[in-house]
Amino acid sequence: MSQSLSSPLLVLPDNNFRLFTPAILLIGFIVVPVTGSDYWLGAILVPFLILSLAGLGLNLLTGYAGQTSLGSGGFMSVGAFATFGLVVHGGVPLPVALLLSGLITAGAGLLFGLPSDRIKGFYLMVSSLAAQFFFEWLFQKFPWFYNYDSSGTIELPRLSVFGLDVSSPVGRYLTTLVIVVALTWFAANLVRSQTGRSWMAIRDMDTAAAVIGIPVYRTKVLAFAVSSFYLGVAGALWAFIYLGSASVQSFGIARSFQVLFIIIIGGVGSISGNFIGAAFISLLPLAIDHVAQHLFAGHVDAGLLQNIQKAIFGLLIILFLVREPDGLARLFKSFGERLTNWPLRF
Amino acid sequence: MKRLTLTALLAATFAGTALVSPAAYADGKEQYVPLPTYRVGPYASSGTLWWAGEIDYLRYINDVEGGINGVKLKVEEFETEWSPDRTVEVYERVKNGKDGAPVAFFFTHGTPATYALTERSAKDKISLIDPAGGQPEATNGLVFSYVFPLLLNYYSQASVGINYIAQKEGGFDKLKGKKIVTVYHDSAYGRATQPAVTVLAKKYGFEDVQIPVADPGNEQSPQWRQVREIKPDWVFLRTWGVSTPVAIKTAARFGIPADHIIGDVWAGSEADVIPAGAAATGYQALAPYPGGPEFEIHNRLRKTILEAGKSDLKDPKFFGAVYYNIGLINAALAVEALRVGQAKFGNRPLNGEEGHWAFEHLTIDDARLKQIGFYGLLQSIKLSPADHEGGGAARIQQWDGKKWVLVTDWIQADHALLRPLIEEKSAAYAKEHNITPRTLAGEN
Repeated sequence: MSQSLSSPLLVLPDNNFRLFTPAILLIGFIVVPVTGSDYWLGAILVPFLILSLAGLGLNLLTGYAGQTSLGSGGFMSVGAFATFGLVVHGGVPLPVALLLSGLITAGAGLLFGLPSDRIKGFYLMVSSLAAQFFFEWLFQKFPWFYNYDSSGTIELPRLSVFGLDVSSPVGRYLTTLVIVVALTWFAANLVRSQTGRSWMAIRDMDTAAAVIGIPVYRTKVLAFAVSSFYLGVAGALWAFIYLGSASVQSFGIARSFQVLFIIIIGGVGSISGNFIGAAFISLLPLAIDHVAQHLFAGHVDAGLLQNIQKAIFGLLIILFLVREPDGLARLFKSFGERLTNWPLRF
Repeated sequence: MKRLTLTALLAATFAGTALVSPAAYADGKEQYVPLPTYRVGPYASSGTLWWAGEIDYLRYINDVEGGINGVKLKVEEFETEWSPDRTVEVYERVKNGKDGAPVAFFFTHGTPATYALTERSAKDKISLIDPAGGQPEATNGLVFSYVFPLLLNYYSQASVGINYIAQKEGGFDKLKGKKIVTVYHDSAYGRATQPAVTVLAKKYGFEDVQIPVADPGNEQSPQWRQVREIKPDWVFLRTWGVSTPVAIKTAARFGIPADHIIGDVWAGSEADVIPAGAAATGYQALAPYPGGPEFEIHNRLRKTILEAGKSDLKDPKFFGAVYYNIGLINAALAVEALRVGQAKFGNRPLNGEEGHWAFEHLTIDDARLKQIGFYGLLQSIKLSPADHEGGGAARIQQWDGKKWVLVTDWIQADHALLRPLIEEKSAAYAKEHNITPRTLAGEN
C-alpha cells in the first residue's frame, strides 16, 4: 500500500525516465489535440480524465489518509449542482464557479468528515453512504437546485472560459486537461508535504501519529475537505464538460462504486494509479465492446454477447488483482524497473 | 501451453476479423441505424422485449420488403446499460455513420440520454427520437429543433387521462368537485405531468392531490393510507419499475378499486401487472402502445419472421407484449420517416439533415396505417416543424387478469389547452440557452 515518497507521480523509475512527465504533457497538450478525432477527444479522453480526477480525490482520502468513503458520487453531485447554482442564480463565470463549487464541496466534505473522529474503517464507509443518499435526496427534493426545470436536469447555457467558447471537443478536452494537470500537480506535491506525511502517518497507525504530535482529528477532517474539493470539481466537469447536462441519477451509488474501483484497481495510495485505474474502468469495457462488435455482431446473440462482455471485464479485474494486489500502478512500476535492468533480468 | 492458448486466441481473433469482410456493406446503398440498447442492468428485462420488437420490424423491412425502396437498413446494437454516459459515447461513435452508410436519426432509448445529447445533436444536425418520453416542452420544434418527443408527451398523457375520466363520469361538467389523486414516482419523470394537471384542475374544477413515492418504492403503505383517507374518485398512477406492482397490490389492500386506477404509459405493461396478481384485474392504463398480438402487422411478422426463426425474441410467449409493441411502433415510425425523406431526396440513404426534414414532415394517416398493418396499434400522426409530438392521443387498455384488453379508441389530448404551457416553458428554455426560435418563413 505504501509507496516510495520520492516519486508518487511517475510510473517509471526516476533516473532513467526523467523526461517521462514532460513527454506525457507534450503528448497530452499538443499531439493528442492535433491528431485525435472528435470521438476520441470528446467521448473517450474527456471522461477518462474526469474519472481520473475523481479517483485522485478519493485516493487522497482513502489511499493517503486511510479514511474509507462511499460518498464520492454524492460529493460529485454537490460540485455539479453548486456550479449550476453559481452560474445560473449568481451569474458567476465558469472558471470561478468551478473553483467556488470545489470549495463548497470541500465544506460539505468537511461536514461529513466530522464523524471520522469516532468511527473507523468499514463503519466510516457505511456512514459515508449517508452523504451519498442525503445529496441524492436533497438535489431531487428541492426544485431550486435545478432552477425549477420540469425534468430536474441541470444544463449550462454556454460553455465559455474567459470569453473563449470551449464547447468543441478540442475545447472540452483542453479545459479538462488543464484542470486535471494542475490539480494532479498540486496533489503530487501535497502528498509529499507535511500534510501528506501526516495523512500517511494516520493511515499507517493513528495512535502512533497522535503520539508523535500530529493533530489526528484535524488532519482527518482536512483530508475529507481536500478530497471533496477534487470530487466536486470532477463532478462539475462530468456534468457540464462531458455530459452537457446532469441530474442526480448521474451521481448515484454506482458512481461511488466506480470511483472506488478505480482506486482499488489502479492502486490505493498512488497518484498515477488513478489514471491507470480510470483507463481500466472506462476504456476496457469500450475496448471489449469494440472487439466484440467487430468480431461477433450478427453471429452471436446480442444479449448473450453483452453479458459475456460483462463477465470478461469482471474476470480481468480479478486476474489483475490476483497478480498484483497493490494495483496496476505497482504492476507497471515493477515492469518499468525490470525494463531498466533489461539485459540482466527481464 | 499458456502461450499456445494465447496464440490460438489471437489467431482466431484475426481470422474472425478477416471473415467479416467489408464487401458486405460497401455499396453505399445502406442506411445506418445504430441502436443504443440495454440488455444488461436493472432495466434489461423490459429492454430486451423492446429491442426484439424494433429489430424484428427492421429485419422484416430488410428481408421481406427488400429494404426501404431498395435501401437496406444496417442495424447495429450498442450496450449502454441505460446510462447516459455510455449513450453519449455511443452517439459520438456512430454519428458520422459507418462504412459510408450515413445516420439519419438517433434513437436515444432513454430520457436522460436525450437531455445529455440535446446540445450536441443540434450542433451535429442529428435528430434525437424519444417517443412518449422526454421534456414536454421539446414538442415546440422551433426551439428544440433536433429533439422529437413523438406520439405522446407527458402533458398530453395527463390530458388524455382526464378526458377518459370525464368520459367515464359522463361529461366534463361532472368533473367539478371530484378528487383525483396522482401517486407518482418522486423523480423528474414522476413530476412531469404536474403543470398540465394543475391547468386541467383549474379548468374543470376537480381537486388535484399529488402524492410522491420515493424511489424505488417497494413499500407504499403510508402513501395508500393517505389515499384512502382522501377517498378519491380516481387515482392516476405514475410509477415506474417495481413501484407499479407494489402500488397496485397496496391499493388493493387499502380497498381502492383497481378499475378506478389509471396507469401511465410506463406503468402499463405486462411486467407491471403480472407481479401484482389478482389485485391488478380491472386496472387500466394509457396505451399509446397497445398490447396484444392480433394486429395485422403481427400476422405478417408471425409468418415471415417468427416462424422463419429470424426473430430476436427468446420466448414467443412475449410476441405482442406491450414492450415488444413499443419496439415495433418505434421502428415503424423511423421507417415511415425515412420513406417521407426518400420521397423528397431520392431513394438513397439519408444524412442527418435530410433525416431531420423527414421527421418534421412525417405524416401517417389511417390509410397508410392499414397498408403497413399498424391500424389500431399506432395512432395517425402528423408532425410539423412547430409540433414534434405529432400524435397526442392514446387508447385505454384494461388488464383482465390474463391479457390487456383495449377498452377505447384513440382519445385525443386537449392540445389547445396545453400548447400555451409548452410555449411558455420552451420560451424560458430558449432564453436561458440563448436560442433564437426558428421562424417558419422559408420552410417548405
